[in-house]
Amino acid sequence: MNLDPKIPSGPLADKWTSYKGNAKLVNPANKRKYTVIVVGTGLAGGSAAATLAELGYNVLCFCFQDSPRRAHSIAAQGGINAAKNYQGDGDSVYRLFYDTIKGGDFRSREANVYRLAEVSRNIIDQCVAQGVPFAREYGGLLANRSFGGAQVSRTFYARGQTGQQLLLGAYQSLERQIAAGKVKMFPRTEMLDLVVKDGKASGIVVRDLVSGKIESHAAHAVVLASGGYGNVFYLSTNAKGSNVTATYRAFKRGAGFGNPCFTQIHPTCIPVSGDYQSKLTLMSESLRNDGRVWAPKSSGDKRSPEQIPEQERDYYLERKYPSYGNLAPRDIASRSAKEACDEGRGVGEHGLGVYLDFRDSIQRLGADTISQRYGNLFQMYERITGEDPYKVPMRIYPAVHYTMGGLWVDYNLESTVPGLFVIGEANFSDHGANRLGASALMQGLADGYFILPYTISNYLAGVSRDPVAASGEAFKEAETAVKDKTAKMLAINGKRTVDSFHKELGKIMWDKCGMARNRAGLTEALAKIPALREEFWQNVRVLGEGESLNQSLEKAGRVADFLEFGELMCADALTREESCGGHFREEYQTEGEAKRDDANFAHAAVWEYQGEGKAPKRHVEPLVYENIKLATRSYK
Amino acid sequence: MKLKLHVWRQKNAKTQGKMVTYDAPNVSPHMSFLEMLDVVNEDLIAKGEEPIAFEHDCREGICGSCSLMINGVAHGPQKATTTCQLHMRTFKDGDEIYIEPWRAKAFPIIKDLVVDRSAFDRIIQAGGYVSVNAGGAQDANCLPVPKDTADQAMDAAQCIGCGACVAACKNASAMLFTSAKVSHLGLLPQGQPERQRRALNMVQQMDKEGFGNCTNQYECEAVCPKEISVRFIARMNRDYLNASICGSGPEKKAGGGED
Repeated sequence: MNLDPKIPSGPLADKWTSYKGNAKLVNPANKRKYTVIVVGTGLAGGSAAATLAELGYNVLCFCFQDSPRRAHSIAAQGGINAAKNYQGDGDSVYRLFYDTIKGGDFRSREANVYRLAEVSRNIIDQCVAQGVPFAREYGGLLANRSFGGAQVSRTFYARGQTGQQLLLGAYQSLERQIAAGKVKMFPRTEMLDLVVKDGKASGIVVRDLVSGKIESHAAHAVVLASGGYGNVFYLSTNAKGSNVTATYRAFKRGAGFGNPCFTQIHPTCIPVSGDYQSKLTLMSESLRNDGRVWAPKSSGDKRSPEQIPEQERDYYLERKYPSYGNLAPRDIASRSAKEACDEGRGVGEHGLGVYLDFRDSIQRLGADTISQRYGNLFQMYERITGEDPYKVPMRIYPAVHYTMGGLWVDYNLESTVPGLFVIGEANFSDHGANRLGASALMQGLADGYFILPYTISNYLAGVSRDPVAASGEAFKEAETAVKDKTAKMLAINGKRTVDSFHKELGKIMWDKCGMARNRAGLTEALAKIPALREEFWQNVRVLGEGESLNQSLEKAGRVADFLEFGELMCADALTREESCGGHFREEYQTEGEAKRDDANFAHAAVWEYQGEGKAPKRHVEPLVYENIKLATRSYK
Repeated sequence: MKLKLHVWRQKNAKTQGKMVTYDAPNVSPHMSFLEMLDVVNEDLIAKGEEPIAFEHDCREGICGSCSLMINGVAHGPQKATTTCQLHMRTFKDGDEIYIEPWRAKAFPIIKDLVVDRSAFDRIIQAGGYVSVNAGGAQDANCLPVPKDTADQAMDAAQCIGCGACVAACKNASAMLFTSAKVSHLGLLPQGQPERQRRALNMVQQMDKEGFGNCTNQYECEAVCPKEISVRFIARMNRDYLNASICGSGPEKKAGGGED
């Protein structure tokens, strides 16, 4: 497997400029001769589809939701980072780059991250031009807030609905291109396979979720922007429909999968309330600007929070990480919460929770100010829990939120399959072993608006302009395989529901491959998952028919892929014998902090599919640091 | 809690639907409304009956997918709350609950509780954007926007496009949805160049899709999970009137990327 990252030569700060200056172009009259498929309409896919159409390419765009506006980027709450330095507090492109590399625990590629920091500034300009109503100061200029893992205020926001407003900006640009006839939109359509013809990504097989019809589409290049795989854990902050299918099928067609074990557990989510729980709800990281995290000092303390006096509370983040305090990065804040609960100091009915307390900031700033900043989040919390966070501290617990791993891409955002580009959360590129808050929105839009349009043009300039058709052996084979698989799932008619399998898989993953991992647990998971998968194919019950809207069938297909993918994650977690970022191996720690092994693991692990029933092969892309010194991450 | 549910079942767009009654014997007050339906569905599958199809995705009140008439009220009894955020503690033991899809000609039923809301996308296509290509936009702080204006624009921009406003309206009017986008963009300086044509084209498209007119009953505002205000409808009417009188004649279709 060729893992050449194709990083342009020259100094770090000049790489992207020199790339753009040297990239091949497609002349305007020829652009309309190319067709590009974009799968997914979140921040990455939506912005990419709109921008490619604006440039003149023909775009076929797919999403499983009923409208592109509903992609899960919509749920991002807190904000988007950009190195604007509007606050004059010492921010710069270099500092955002450095914070991102360090936040990712030195497991991401320098050149990609620097480019991300560089274009972050254009994103804010573009979004403001589209009419995104970012928060502003009375003077009319843009407001900023702070986020975890940074000592500057560089996060732009639109109340607690930043993702929604950014996505609607991209969605509106996309709709404009649909009206202009440059994008053909396929909502309620799910990608079920990638077609590789003559060694190049040439199209996809999809299922129309309303009619059930399975058909193929051809293109000169395929872009996957299908998001992350957090739902492998069943319970996560992802939307119910978020899945790994598009990227996993691409993996099975030859795309290398990078660092699948790098998952982010978000520290501030509403704790689980019962076994009927269907998803977890995030409380934005921005709350940690004004909320203080604490747990009782003594274990088994069942008093209600207001009865616990100040000296018996442990503000553990402030205690352990005085310079970042409550704004320690996500992986560290999550693990600290787990530690407190493991020590029996957890709060709430099940003891799986800690407090996020606004008492002090309400006293300092007044309830009105807090309400202006976080009103909608407080309201959401109250709706779900029935408790009023203005009076009682919020109870929070970590939950699966984001996946740093994804399909491996080079500097062009191209996977190991030529012509297959992967953007946004679906790729592995920018966040290393841990993503900083407010950086997912930044990456999605950077890829879609400002990076892919250049790199894909560079690729297309070298590809024949002849029209493409969804015909030939490769298309036929892929389509037949999808049809067979669908028919097989409907025919089993066993005893267990799809959800019951998904929940069981999720529990294995959370227990053995969650916030803390160890060799014995991962080995156990690697035995349990194949057995569960086997049972699924014998005993799942999917009712209804293939030729109509069938939500159980949709779920079954996604869970079938999770049942394979979970194994890949555990294999990756087992072979990465170090702790870094969100990947915490209990065997590798010093005084409770992650112990990285740069001598042996300063690389991206990239997995290559070897065929049905065969173990995938592990390759590595060494991470070369030319500009920064690898250091032990310290937030103390 | 024990509940009795009356649910609209309809196999597809072509067949006749009907209300079917189900028992929900083990409902926890901490469940969300959709989690309650999940449990009912698991039981149905166990019995060999096809589960109830309903739309949902983010389950945190922002994607706008969920869409149920609960006892005749869009998104149910709790104010400013989507169905997915509605929790069963709002109901009491022994309650009977009637669950229906959005009812509007412009939102045809696909199956059970799932309707087709693509008309909303087409309204946005008619002009719900600022025509600006990705590229060299000027520095974001070059154009100060008064905080009050930005806040008002955000009040309108919060719309999640769920369609509750249409479902609640006796005329199945989409005025609240359309006016929210017209106002969001019309309030901001970036939206001024296209303000007139946007109002005209979006209203025209709304009519073409078969949505009814507004007769000022404010049912839409009452059920809107984001509490979008009906004053935006008044604002859109002013923009529309202004554009109709002062507008620059028949509308050409907005251009794409061909220039």
